[in-house]
Amino acid sequence: MATKSLGNPFDADTSLTHTNDCSCRLCQAESVNPGGLSDDQRLALLEQQAEQGEGHSQSAKAGGMSFDSSDDLLDRAVESAIVRGVFGHNDTSRRNFIRLMGGGTLATVLGSMIPLEKVKAAVKESMGPLEKTKLKVGFVPITCATPIIMAQPMGFYAKYGLDVDVIKTAGWAVARDMSLNGEYDASHMLTPMPLAMSMGAGSTATPYIMPAVENINGQAIVLHNKHKDKRDPKQWKGFKFGVPFDYSMHNFLLRYYVAEHGLDPDQDIQIRVVPPPEMVANLRAGNLDGYLSPDPFNQRAVFEKIGFLHILTKDIWEGHPCCAFACSQKFATEMPNTYAALFRAIVDATHFSAKAENREEIARAISPKNYLNQPEVVVRQVLTGRYVDGLEEKIYDVPDRIDFDPFPWHSMAVWILTQMKRWGYISGDVDYKKIAEQVYVASETGKVMEELGYTPPATTYKKHIIMGKTFDYNEPEEYINSFAIKRV
Amino acid sequence: MASLNMKATLLSLLLLLVGLGIWEAMNQAPAASTGLSEYERMMGGADQEARVPPPSQVFSHAWDELSDPFYDAGPNDKGIGIQLAYSLYRVLTGYLAAALIAIPLGFVIGMSPLMHKALNPFIQVLRPISPLAWMPLALFIIRDSEGSAIFVIFICSIWPMLINTAFGVANVRTDWIKVARTHELSPLKTAFLVILPAAAPTILTGMRISIGIAWLVIVAAEMLVGGTGIGYYVWNEWNNLDLNSVIFSILMIGLVGMLLDMTLAAVTKLVQYED
Repeated sequence: MATKSLGNPFDADTSLTHTNDCSCRLCQAESVNPGGLSDDQRLALLEQQAEQGEGHSQSAKAGGMSFDSSDDLLDRAVESAIVRGVFGHNDTSRRNFIRLMGGGTLATVLGSMIPLEKVKAAVKESMGPLEKTKLKVGFVPITCATPIIMAQPMGFYAKYGLDVDVIKTAGWAVARDMSLNGEYDASHMLTPMPLAMSMGAGSTATPYIMPAVENINGQAIVLHNKHKDKRDPKQWKGFKFGVPFDYSMHNFLLRYYVAEHGLDPDQDIQIRVVPPPEMVANLRAGNLDGYLSPDPFNQRAVFEKIGFLHILTKDIWEGHPCCAFACSQKFATEMPNTYAALFRAIVDATHFSAKAENREEIARAISPKNYLNQPEVVVRQVLTGRYVDGLEEKIYDVPDRIDFDPFPWHSMAVWILTQMKRWGYISGDVDYKKIAEQVYVASETGKVMEELGYTPPATTYKKHIIMGKTFDYNEPEEYINSFAIKRV
Repeated sequence: MASLNMKATLLSLLLLLVGLGIWEAMNQAPAASTGLSEYERMMGGADQEARVPPPSQVFSHAWDELSDPFYDAGPNDKGIGIQLAYSLYRVLTGYLAAALIAIPLGFVIGMSPLMHKALNPFIQVLRPISPLAWMPLALFIIRDSEGSAIFVIFICSIWPMLINTAFGVANVRTDWIKVARTHELSPLKTAFLVILPAAAPTILTGMRISIGIAWLVIVAAEMLVGGTGIGYYVWNEWNNLDLNSVIFSILMIGLVGMLLDMTLAAVTKLVQYED
């Protein structure tokens, strides 16, 4: 188990600010000079590093420290936190102190002042031992899954004592079946999927929960280059569009978008389900005129000079949810501690992904074959929002082209349900709020966010504005009836 | 005779070289442009259109892959050798399970006209079903992607073996069976000592057809469920629109399929007899 930032706090030669198998110049130099470095040497190295723009990411090779059990790992985490606290989180003074007095002295002194064993026991009680540490989490290779994927190479799962294999999946139907089978403990899904699965729309009804949204925004409508002159959706009659899945935000946003422009998505255009990885090949073959799909396949179409970005979905609904992290109710009930650890790892990773300064590093971590298998330059354009659109010879800067926010708003679930009803995926009376609250466990997400030091929103419902039209979550039926084009 | 073989080989080589030469010449990438601007790099280079990679690129890529066929860089990135091994394991498991059922059942159908008539409608309905059509049902019932892939192989390889066995057994020369009867051999002994050797060439032909179909189907099945195997490898490289790897894997699939076929052809030769 490779573990970040859990070096022995009683050792003067271990830095607690860097990971223990850190590849930065400072750590490399320290590992060859066991005697330590002089302050001047340190400064010189740091300057070199800053000039080269290198970070101190964990080296790609897993390795470093191993713990015999999750208990040992927790012990170390507690010791580390207390020692850091005592020295006011100043690693230099901690190391100087230990050089002078010895790590053993520090341990004894601390032990006499703080009941370390009791603290450790209390921490373990609140977490409980993990029922299972080796997990399989499915993902579809798209940038929406960024937090789920990068939590593996960047050590977020390991930080919570989990050994997670992230398994690439060919499409949403397979991801759904693998989750229903129990082959995956949890999976990357689309935000409407757990709602549909819980209601038995398009599958057998199985109670699913969605603890966290992965990304907001980050999709786009792409058109084939031959349609460069057809930028008005009214000219799209007879077009064939691809969406990744029936129960996807992509499908609902595309339907909403064309309907607002007066086209009936069932009559005037054709919408086909195409797994995201196959979008570009189908666009090239002329099988599709365009698609509303997850990235990196929008940017990849531009990169391959096959298509152009017609509109980013953030310009349809600013802050719309897209992909989610979901698991069965059964997994959460039968393995509460494992579920809690996985949940925390995901929330933590999602917040890390939300920070613009981490995006380039993430693009580097998730582009290789084992994860997205895409050219890094494509993934970087998506994640940093510094991109080209295939239309004009200029570079755009839209930092929130894709963003990450784990909070599963109940009002978003209600919106999704209204669209499922609007287009005839579900019928009859729908208890919107009840289903939303049962599947999107927002209060739990709020608690976890708080524990990890983030601020959750105070409410779980809010008003959304989609293409200038306000959605009132209190009046779902009236909302549906307000549309001219619908199937009810 | 020897000179004819020699000439044929020479001609094959010549055709190959001409073919590769044309392919190489038609797909030359424009001279590597250095010093791309940031815009050009984001647009995927100055080259206006993506093209099929020339054979020299495919071969150099094949060399890279084949020089380290068993690397394992995580659950979604394994060497070509490991992927082929996964596919072969699935094919052989499904195939052997099919053989275990098809050959005895084929004997029963071939020896008993009653069973033949009774089972024939089922066989005729089930046989033409595309094996991949079973996949969603298999995933739902077996609840395991590995098991489902093996089941699909099983179901596609069972029919040629079953039908060929039944046909071979039914067409053993009646004289031979009569001779066995005059020697007062038990039905079981007749089956093993007379019918089996007599029908063996037909049975093996069925087995040879089956392994060919199984190898065709595994690629499609693995593209569908993903995870591991040569089909997944093709799919994963398709995601990345990496034609080098796709062409390389097409060659590998052909090569392994040929080896499987040659193995069964060699076994068929062992049981061949002259009337």
